Amino acid sequence: MNRVIVFIKQVPDTAELKIDPTTNTMIREGVPSIINPFDMYAIEEGIRIKEKWGDTEVVVVTMGPPQAETALREALSLGCDRAILLSDKKFAASDTYATSYILSCAVKKIGDYDVLITGKQASDGDTAQVGPGIASWLNIPSITYIRKIDEIRAGYAKVERMRNDGFDIIEVTGKFLMTVLKELNEPRIPSFRGKMAAKKAEIPIWSAEYLEADDGKIGFLGSPTRVVRAFSPPPKKGGIKVEGEDEETVNGLYNFLSENKML
Amino acid sequence: MRDKIIVVGESTGQNVHHVTYELSSKAAELAKKIDAKVIVLLPGYTINRIPIEKLFKTGADKVVVIDNENLKFLNDIHFVRNIEAFLKEESPKIVLTGATPQGRSIIPKLAIKLGAGLTADCTELDIEDGTNLLLQTRPAFGGNLMATIKTPNRLPQMATVRPKVFKINETYTKEVNIEYRNYIDGNSDIKIIEAVKSMEELINLADADIIVSGGRGLGKKENFSLIYELADKLGAAVGASRPTVDAEWISYAHQVGQTGTTVSPKIYFAIGISGAIQHQVGMKSSDYIIAINKDINAPIFNIADYGIVGDLFEVVPKLIKKL
Repeated sequence: MNRVIVFIKQVPDTAELKIDPTTNTMIREGVPSIINPFDMYAIEEGIRIKEKWGDTEVVVVTMGPPQAETALREALSLGCDRAILLSDKKFAASDTYATSYILSCAVKKIGDYDVLITGKQASDGDTAQVGPGIASWLNIPSITYIRKIDEIRAGYAKVERMRNDGFDIIEVTGKFLMTVLKELNEPRIPSFRGKMAAKKAEIPIWSAEYLEADDGKIGFLGSPTRVVRAFSPPPKKGGIKVEGEDEETVNGLYNFLSENKML
Repeated sequence: MRDKIIVVGESTGQNVHHVTYELSSKAAELAKKIDAKVIVLLPGYTINRIPIEKLFKTGADKVVVIDNENLKFLNDIHFVRNIEAFLKEESPKIVLTGATPQGRSIIPKLAIKLGAGLTADCTELDIEDGTNLLLQTRPAFGGNLMATIKTPNRLPQMATVRPKVFKINETYTKEVNIEYRNYIDGNSDIKIIEAVKSMEELINLADADIIVSGGRGLGKKENFSLIYELADKLGAAVGASRPTVDAEWISYAHQVGQTGTTVSPKIYFAIGISGAIQHQVGMKSSDYIIAINKDINAPIFNIADYGIVGDLFEVVPKLIKKL
């Protein structure tokens, strides 16, 4: 295996998200950023492939504002060899169509590769569209929801894809993209040496011009979709709360379920 | 010629997926507003005729079947190739499909190939007055934010829709109009060697009306049997919190939450689950949330419609007995 490219996204840490009780809107200020949780499994898998084959280069790529560099440094500290930040004002307001196009341009710029990996979906947008989108721009197969890799080598892989009621065992030949699940592996903790190396690493910033991206396919104008409005859903409030564990308490719950036609 | 709304359906051969009926019902409602016709596409292999005919009761004007052995399993390459050829032939205004593993794997690739706008996991669809554009509403940030999205200048307008969001309306009496088509297919670099059906029952979280989930409060792996027993009584699927999956009390396929599955059943039982925000984002859009936990300060009570502060080992067996 010569090269694995891992795509990650920097997202707000959902665990730190707070809802303003008066306006019922999300408070985004001061919320720390993290690597999208599913992408941690993508990074880990890239590093495991390198450890297995030895001669593999793991390149980690993200698109975002300059501060997304923090996410890339974290990926480097875990063992990725090289990081690239795709950042340009022209990329702002890209939807999944434009984003997957920009990421596919980066792949072409990087050069040859054996496999592309990314997480199942990002925890902010939850679309799961960018991974398959990249594969579509590159005209390669994509396999989503990977929970297990039975075998992987240059030009061949045998993997398991999770379905709602089971899983598929899939063989793929040639280059491909996979989106991965938590079940695949357990991400490592960065080593001290990794952290030091990540601190010193130079991370190039690639612009639209450098990527030779078509202006008609990036940013706001290149995005087919438009957000008409964003709003907060009605707040979910706690309802009835009773203390106890006797028959009467359970009867109360039973009656609640029947009254609301839940049984 | 009338505009077209196309529903890309799903079939296992024996059955047509319920989300296909849900979407043909919704498509018929939208079609009235823009004077369009509803075509349901069914890619698959050896698809039964009876479930196809039911589509004419749920709003379809026409059903196009692509029956091809290559479509027996979810092979992304064959599906994309056949559906792309079909959509190019039909030039629809709107394309809807279920936000299922099939829809979420195939449609993003088609949207790129067609240069179309795509909105994922919609929970509401409507037509905008004046422009006749499709308004697509979807949750983001695990349901903490809703966004309404449209595609003004490109066609088709594509959306994946969460199963069980729209009701099946079986009151239509459209004439049966089924057409079989074939497109030039080719080789595939992907081969599905085996489609394994889970031996575990009660696992299909996405399709469940009721989910009974267990958490760390169960204390040990063996106590999940209590969750299974309650789920069995209710005809529910079994869910789990992340810590129980990490402790290997139950398999990952059951995990609800940020790094597991997002669910929105009619009733969600959180038993012995404290309700960390990562769990909440995966289930808070459930219609009713029932929580049983002995910790009065557990965050799950902030979003539960009915909470019992008490020992689950006392409460759950009593509830099972009553059912």
